[in-house]
Amino acid sequence: MSSEEIRKQILRLLQRNARISHQAIGERLQISEVAVAAAIHDMEANGTIIGYYALVDEERTGTVPVRAMIEVEVQPERDGGFDRIAGLISKFPEVQTVYLVSGRYDLRVEVMGDTLQEVAGFVSSKMAVLDGVKSTTTHFLLKKYKEAGFRLHEEEAYDRLQVSP
Amino acid sequence: MTDSKSHREWVAKHVGCLPRSGIRDFFDIVSTMSDVISLGIGEPDFVTPWAIREATIYALAKGHTGYTSNLGLLALRRTICTYVEENFGVEYDPDKECIVTVGVSEALDLILRAVLNPGDEAIYHEPCYVSYMPSIALTHAVPVPVVTQEGNGFALSAEAVRAKITPRTRLILLSFPNNPTGASLSYAEKEAMARLAVEHDLLLISDEIYEELTYEERCQSIAAFPGMKERTILLNGFSKAHAMTGYRLGYACGPHKLIEAMMKIHQYSMLCACGFVQEAAIEALRNGRRAMLEMKTEYHQRRNVIVKRLNDMGLPCQMPKGAFYAFPRITGTGMTSTQFATRLLNEKKVACVPGAAFGACGEGYIRCAYATAMDQIEIAMERMAEFVKTL
Ligand SMILES: Cc1ncc(COP(=O)(O)O)c(C=O)c1O
Repeated sequence: MSSEEIRKQILRLLQRNARISHQAIGERLQISEVAVAAAIHDMEANGTIIGYYALVDEERTGTVPVRAMIEVEVQPERDGGFDRIAGLISKFPEVQTVYLVSGRYDLRVEVMGDTLQEVAGFVSSKMAVLDGVKSTTTHFLLKKYKEAGFRLHEEEAYDRLQVSP
Repeated sequence: MTDSKSHREWVAKHVGCLPRSGIRDFFDIVSTMSDVISLGIGEPDFVTPWAIREATIYALAKGHTGYTSNLGLLALRRTICTYVEENFGVEYDPDKECIVTVGVSEALDLILRAVLNPGDEAIYHEPCYVSYMPSIALTHAVPVPVVTQEGNGFALSAEAVRAKITPRTRLILLSFPNNPTGASLSYAEKEAMARLAVEHDLLLISDEIYEELTYEERCQSIAAFPGMKERTILLNGFSKAHAMTGYRLGYACGPHKLIEAMMKIHQYSMLCACGFVQEAAIEALRNGRRAMLEMKTEYHQRRNVIVKRLNDMGLPCQMPKGAFYAFPRITGTGMTSTQFATRLLNEKKVACVPGAAFGACGEGYIRCAYATAMDQIEIAMERMAEFVKTL
């Protein structure tokens, strides 16, 4: 395997389970643990791997935060297009994700807070008023079905035959 | 007359003498136990990719529940022939040289019945898929096994086949990548086999159901060698590559006359393969490549893990080139494969299949399928290592 292919396969494994051991990765890809550690270290250092986080089913934690997806229409600027506004919005800790998207609006922003009022207040008093923001539309999240490729509600297990030709 | 006696008399002689599959015997024991980790399963652990299942539902929703043409939907045959040409390097006419069947199982049965006369000899290689010997025997022909050996990576040499050729030999049945050994044939080995078939004017049946699940470099199909297209029946299906075992769909490509002969039997015995399943298969071939490669990557990594662990625990195991089976040797334990598998099951609740189920020369080996989730494989390997240590 080329080192590019190895990196691709390491990332594939980490994106499914960031806690997989270097040994397990090495065995799967037939390379040494040292080579795995070096490749991961390299990708962390050069910014390919930005970070690791736990994917949590918040409904099981007792305190479900309020989340909203905000569609933001922006007046693009002569220098930099949407970058300045997107950068400003990204600075708020309440903001979880900021994507520039094609279509009817420009930025898709995910905001998190403790209460509905808090999130609504943040949008109207912090985001909507930014110079260059033309409009916002807020969609509160009601239920999660799938996140980062993982389904949150598993289907019933289906038993295969235990031995077959 | 007792009931059992009359039953014995009703069963045809050649059916009565067929052995029960060794796999079924083992299955009966396993099914009485709980918490077993099974490495005994010869089918993907993945559910059929959703897009394929959705296409099935859509076909049903549209009310496509009737018979199809005996040969199968023309749209599917066209898709199959395009796929075979692009991936196997052989061109077939979807109107005349392709038939859609109920699994490779039916395709194999059809071609054997279509070409074998009573007393003809059919050469196949062991260890192999459990149905070859019985399928040949059911045509009143003579199954002639050739042994493949670990030392040679379980590949089949043309010379070993040549030694079994007699004036009664009609065909050679090839099965690579192999169940249970995972062996594949190299370009040179295929070339030698092709020459032999041409030299003795033999028909060649090639069961390539695991061809997509090849982890090393792939080479062209045996049907693509000079003089081979007109004497080769290519068998393939959707069970393994697309995780569609329960759909029961396969196909055969080959010379028109042979396909026509297969069709004769198929039209009277099966009529056609299930129609909405055929529509799902079109989706699998047209848009299912990405999902298939994703599963293949997973099998590939599991292969690396399971083979290393087996060798580490002292059970010598070749690196399989394809399919999803590891075939370690257990002779060092002093047990037969059935003893080993039975004790492993009873003492550690890990199921694998005794090698003897795949032919007499499979004795001394066990088949561990890695079509099982990685975490399960890891636990199974830990339990197996503990078991081997106690011996
Ligand atoms: C080598 C081989 N051929 C054919 C089959 C049967 O395939 P299908 O499901 O297409 O009937 C199997 C299934 O295990 C197999 O291993």
